[in-house]
Amino acid sequence: MESILNYTPLIPVFPIVAFLSIILLTRDNKRLSSTIAIVGAALAWLLSWAVFFASLGAKLAEHPYVQELAWLPTGSSIFKMSVMVDPLTAIMLVMVPFVATLIFIYSTGYHNVGKREISEEEWLRLTRSGGKEMPEAPYVEPKYSRFFAYVSLFLAGMLTLVVSGNLLLLFIAWEIMGLCSYLLIGFWFYKDSAANAAKKAFLTTRVGDVLLFMGLALLYSKTGSLNLYEILTAEKIELLKEATVTLGFMSIPALPTIALLIFGGAVGKSAQFPLHVWLPDAMEGPTPVSAMIHAATMVAAGVFLVARMLPLFEPLEGSWWLNVVALIGAFTAVFAATIAVAQNDIKRVLAYSTISQLGYMFAALGIGGFIAGVFHMLTHAFFKALLFLGSGSVIHGMEHGVHHVAHHNHGHGEHHDHPDPQDMWNMGNLRKHMPETFWTYLVGTMALAGIPIITAGFWSKDEILAEAYEIWTHEGLTQGAIPFIVWLLLTIGAVLTAFYMGRQLGLVFWGKERTEAAKHAHESPRSMTVPLMVLAIFSIGFGWINIPDNTPVLGPLTESLGIAGWLHEFLAETHIAALGEKYHGVPFVMQVAGLSSLLAIAGLVGGIWLYKGVTGDATVSAFERDPVARLFAKIPLIGKPLWRMLENKYYVDEIYSALVVRPVVAFADFLFKFDDAWIIDPIVNGVGRFGRFIADVGRLIDVYVVDGTVNLVGFMADELSAGLRRLQTGRVQNYLVILLAGVLALAGLFLS
Amino acid sequence: MNGLPILSIITFAPLVAALVVLLLNNERAIKTWSVVSSFVIFLLTLWLWFAVDPKALGPGEFAFLEEYSWIPAINVFYRMGVDGLSVPLITLTGLLTFLSIFYSTYVINHRVKEYFFLFLFLEVGMFGVFTSLDYFLFYVFWEIGLVPMYFLIGIWGGPRREYAAIKFFIYTLAGSVLMLLAILGLYFSTGTFDLTALPGQELFGGNFVLKSLAFWGIFLAFAIKVPMWPFHTWLPDAHVEAPTAGSVILAGILLKLGGYGFLRILMPIFPDVFNAYWPVVAVLAVISIVYGALVAMAQWDLKKLIAYSSVNHMGYAMLGIAAAAATLNSSDPAVLDSRAIAVNGAIFQFIAHGLITGALFFLVGVIYERAHTRDLKAFGGLGAVVPKYYAFMAAATFASLGLPGLAGFVSEFMVFRGAFALIPYIAAIGVLGIVLTAAMYLWKIIQMVFLGPLNEKWKDLPDMHWWEIATLTPLVILFTLFGVYPKPILDYVNAGVVALLDLMS
Repeated sequence: MESILNYTPLIPVFPIVAFLSIILLTRDNKRLSSTIAIVGAALAWLLSWAVFFASLGAKLAEHPYVQELAWLPTGSSIFKMSVMVDPLTAIMLVMVPFVATLIFIYSTGYHNVGKREISEEEWLRLTRSGGKEMPEAPYVEPKYSRFFAYVSLFLAGMLTLVVSGNLLLLFIAWEIMGLCSYLLIGFWFYKDSAANAAKKAFLTTRVGDVLLFMGLALLYSKTGSLNLYEILTAEKIELLKEATVTLGFMSIPALPTIALLIFGGAVGKSAQFPLHVWLPDAMEGPTPVSAMIHAATMVAAGVFLVARMLPLFEPLEGSWWLNVVALIGAFTAVFAATIAVAQNDIKRVLAYSTISQLGYMFAALGIGGFIAGVFHMLTHAFFKALLFLGSGSVIHGMEHGVHHVAHHNHGHGEHHDHPDPQDMWNMGNLRKHMPETFWTYLVGTMALAGIPIITAGFWSKDEILAEAYEIWTHEGLTQGAIPFIVWLLLTIGAVLTAFYMGRQLGLVFWGKERTEAAKHAHESPRSMTVPLMVLAIFSIGFGWINIPDNTPVLGPLTESLGIAGWLHEFLAETHIAALGEKYHGVPFVMQVAGLSSLLAIAGLVGGIWLYKGVTGDATVSAFERDPVARLFAKIPLIGKPLWRMLENKYYVDEIYSALVVRPVVAFADFLFKFDDAWIIDPIVNGVGRFGRFIADVGRLIDVYVVDGTVNLVGFMADELSAGLRRLQTGRVQNYLVILLAGVLALAGLFLS
Repeated sequence: MNGLPILSIITFAPLVAALVVLLLNNERAIKTWSVVSSFVIFLLTLWLWFAVDPKALGPGEFAFLEEYSWIPAINVFYRMGVDGLSVPLITLTGLLTFLSIFYSTYVINHRVKEYFFLFLFLEVGMFGVFTSLDYFLFYVFWEIGLVPMYFLIGIWGGPRREYAAIKFFIYTLAGSVLMLLAILGLYFSTGTFDLTALPGQELFGGNFVLKSLAFWGIFLAFAIKVPMWPFHTWLPDAHVEAPTAGSVILAGILLKLGGYGFLRILMPIFPDVFNAYWPVVAVLAVISIVYGALVAMAQWDLKKLIAYSSVNHMGYAMLGIAAAAATLNSSDPAVLDSRAIAVNGAIFQFIAHGLITGALFFLVGVIYERAHTRDLKAFGGLGAVVPKYYAFMAAATFASLGLPGLAGFVSEFMVFRGAFALIPYIAAIGVLGIVLTAAMYLWKIIQMVFLGPLNEKWKDLPDMHWWEIATLTPLVILFTLFGVYPKPILDYVNAGVVALLDLMS
């Protein structure tokens, strides 16, 4: 068993090799490139699962498997990079490469491999028009190979992050993913919107990254290490509790400072309020990228990091800075869910849903629910990957319809606008046209909404709610105020989630086709639908790994299978070296499960029911076509602005633009003026002119005050400057000779 | 002093090569000779890298020491020697000079003989600064470097070349003059110019005012060279007007002469004064970081943008040095390590910045040769037509903005790791630079040049030629390699830094 663990560092190597070979060797062969990428991901997947099985029963919580490499000499000591496997790593290895492999396979169909190649001229037309003049579909993505290179690197980054035993290595992987997400969001770089979204994603997450960077620098300087197995020990945490950071005249305690800085990094990467703004825009990338970023990899990284570093937040006692995590998470969960209710783009709804669900995970971690948070991250990865890939399939089908209609109408010379294939108002009744996509999408939706018993999402979400409920009922409302707030907000979030997903189902799959394009949508190829089905199976089945043993009927059943509360067993001791005890289990709580089940069903059914009969496509105003918007409009005065505010995501983008972006740019311009035109350089030139003035004065004195001897000096200066002028305009040779003479003279001095 | 005078051979080999250039009359022969000879010189510096074992050198010890009395009347020696601090910079000089000369053979067709003569001559000055261990000799080489650069800018430069060249010359000279006074002061106080003997000596009979005056005089010369805010305004002009290879050397090596001076001269000779005044240096470093990034962001000229970004990047190095200076009087082992890390970071930043910014200036040259403009507003969408150029530029900009996995990050990490342990509140302001440089590069270079709809005007722009790829590939490989696995470089540098810091404790 140990021997397989020895191969852990190889896991990320497969996709790295795939990346390098595509970029350097096989770029021109599209099918070969995607095959290499898929093989690389699949090998990483196989090895990951082998490592996972090897980790079972290996007691990795107490003694993580570690491999070290000397990386940086630092004075008298040496900084070691390391790879580590503990239960948290092992369980992440189950999910990440598996989902990624499915996404890679799906991408071959999504990018139309094997279809027509576009011509040079079509490419120029496409890029010149900023993506507006698209070649006739279907055509294979022109930068197909590059796509697979980027996603391979992306996967390598995520896998490195997961197996990293060292926070600096983790940070490197973290940033490599940032780079890949930049490249992939901006994949259709000729579109201004894609370029802007990519930049926004990189810079917004970089704000978080810098906080994390500071956290790591402080942590390293306080503990002398960045290796997890050296830091996350009771002894080091005691040391951090005593330590302070001196800021000028005051000292602040080190532990909360470091913990919150690390959390800041997670807020950026996992798109929590107030750094959530980049994620919805990230939809500009190809849809498989959205699945990659929003499900399997990057956004999970933030949750993973906080789960990793949870001992710094004192999860068993609950510290004030742990409460910060809980509150940010719970707030974001509801905040993003309310926005999702008012979005029209199929992917944007999912994007806000992701932000909201990540909030659930942070809220869970924030009340000490380590296992609940990790569990929800895992199940969410499956069903959100399913939903994104499903939405990609819908868009793919809709694009086919749009092109079909455009081609059909062409002969009649009618004017037509291309309907947006991502706007849900242009869809309707797609369950007839895309049955496989529909069924799998339905499964994903039910899992996200938390439809009881049969979906994985129910079990993981329920565990979070049960954990919060248990604490506040146990400790009372004053002691347990934070868990109560978490429970309340997440329950509100649950009904909103079910509702906006029901709305989406109603708009996309039920009712009547609201555009011609929707009538001509067609099912996607096998390469796309098969991954959907596999993910659908996991979106249902994966919940079984952690059903509490006191659950009626299912508890005894899973117990007899030996898997009751399996994940809990597996993860409970993860931080034992730091905390001294293991995480408690959460029982099944009937009131909690019953309430959330009712809300989920009501929200989902209500959403479908309200929206399945709507008429009016994307061209109609929201207050005419959208039943909820109509409801808002009935509230006098504030109703319509309120809806507009939801539609416009609480104007956060606008606020940031006004308060941060524009002032910084204006300040930069001001500084440059200050530098170049107003102060610094003018001073320099002024000094220069003053020097010349002094020289002139001197010259006048020479001429008028001092006698001919001095005139001679002036004359010589004139001659000299004339000589210099000549040198500059032409005869360098002369100067070189002088230079040489000088050198020779020096050499002569030296020789003497 | 046994065997061959290796360092003299390396230092003056470019001079010999330059003299041969004077004898040749065929342009093709001149170019071939310059490339071959600069390559051989580079190999010599590479050999030096392997021949020196910095771990074997204790505090104040040097390899390949040469010592001859030169001007006995004033106790001036011709004294050379190298250690873990100087060898990496010598090798970097060899590499960048070779690449610059190689690249120049394809783009310089005007007054070829003088150009290559001056370029090789320039290398003598740079090598000399890094090898000399006598302050007088150091000063001579320090000044020698100015002259060829003055002509490179003044003759092969852009439209405002004369202004830029004179500004460069006068500005740096002004700093040097003050340093000369300080050197004389040191001499009259101690009777020696010996850089191996000066550390640890009591200066000016312990008179702190005089020591401070000497410190600031030398500081100014180095700060101008680095350049630190507010002594930086010669840099954008010099860079913008200099020919491509001139900018590469200017950013890649000449700026490092200043940083090297801080470590080789100011810190060991004036530890107490530096320790007293460290806040000034730290504040100037942080201003350089933030200010450099912001002003770079305001640029619409690609080359000027990169020039200002150098102010930012050298600010990181100076922050590391200032952080080390802040604790020169402490002997706590944890502080000692933090100090070593900060200085390691500064030197690694010299190397990383040399490779990365060198690559960036080459890339500016590549596009300027084709488009004859550097106006960022004039481009757009070039990613569609010049994918290779885009790939190289993206690699260099991401390296420059400190993407982990590339060399720039390693130095930023070490500088901030050191600085956060020693002066956290100042370091916390400095990290702003990390966000700002990212914004600046992504917006002003990547987006303005390569992304968005393709500008019709450039649809026939040719992608990179083989010689351009050949020039840039080694740089990209090196800054990636050192980013992934910095240990080989840092083993070397760390040994030198530990020796240097031991000298003061």
